[in-house]
Amino acid sequence: MVMKNRIWAMVAGIAWLLVNSGYVLAGAPNTDFAAVTNIKYAKECGACHLAYQPGLLPERSWRKVMENLHDHFGDNAELPTADQPVLLEYLVNNSAERANYKRSAQMLHSIRKVDTPVRISQVPYFIREHREVANRVRGNEKIKSLGQCELCHQKANEGSYAENEIRVLGAESWND
Amino acid sequence: MKLRFLAVILMGCMTTLAGLAQASVVDTLQQEYKTAGAGPFSAAKGEKMWVEKHKDAESGKEFSCQTCHTDDLKKSGKHEKTGKVIDPLAPSVNKERLTDIKFVNKWFLRNCKQVLGRECTPQEKGDFLEYLKGQ
Repeated sequence: MVMKNRIWAMVAGIAWLLVNSGYVLAGAPNTDFAAVTNIKYAKECGACHLAYQPGLLPERSWRKVMENLHDHFGDNAELPTADQPVLLEYLVNNSAERANYKRSAQMLHSIRKVDTPVRISQVPYFIREHREVANRVRGNEKIKSLGQCELCHQKANEGSYAENEIRVLGAESWND
Repeated sequence: MKLRFLAVILMGCMTTLAGLAQASVVDTLQQEYKTAGAGPFSAAKGEKMWVEKHKDAESGKEFSCQTCHTDDLKKSGKHEKTGKVIDPLAPSVNKERLTDIKFVNKWFLRNCKQVLGRECTPQEKGDFLEYLKGQ
């Protein structure tokens, strides 16, 4: 009897763990994007802008970005040749195709197969989500571009872009 | 009492070490440039290049090192497009500056191409370092 109780306690414990870890409840993918975990990536790319989560773009886009660091949206962002493969590998292994995250899938599926966007803000899903914001932030001198995610998305650096975390500069809260 | 004495010694050592790292990085690089036929190096020339404005062929906009680093090296600057804060470049207020050869090389390559449209010569890099190390 004691033994049986113990087994039941264990089963219940394991079930509780599974539910909490998201295995059972989230057969559906995680929301938003996987946070950046690579220290080198965070340091190198985060030196000039938010270290964008690799799950924001498909593999082919990241390859294109890394091939053109000498003209990185008008800036020179060249890296020593030795440092490039490590960063590309991280981007590729965590690109939108490989991330089991809801918004990664939404970004990915909104892009036509023939397109290879290099600007995150040109991905159709992104454009759709920011349609109204684009007009509201235009002319706001504090926001230089829609690429400055962290100015409005308070947890952008963790890969979280939930609506209730949005604070548009100069506005109380954001609901669309 | 003894502890405080040790702490003072330790802090003194750390400050000296940061200074030494900086001096050794600048020395190593300038030595490298000399081997390539450059030198002697002038802080005045470095400063002149630092403030010199260049016209971007595409946009027609004028910019210089100061566009991002501001006209006060002891203050933080801002990336022109992303708004990301750039820590002060003057070693007198930022001990980390000029202490990492890889870092210095990386940014010389990027920023010379960005502002001048070409890589800097060893002479120019030596002059820049001569100017910056005294700030």
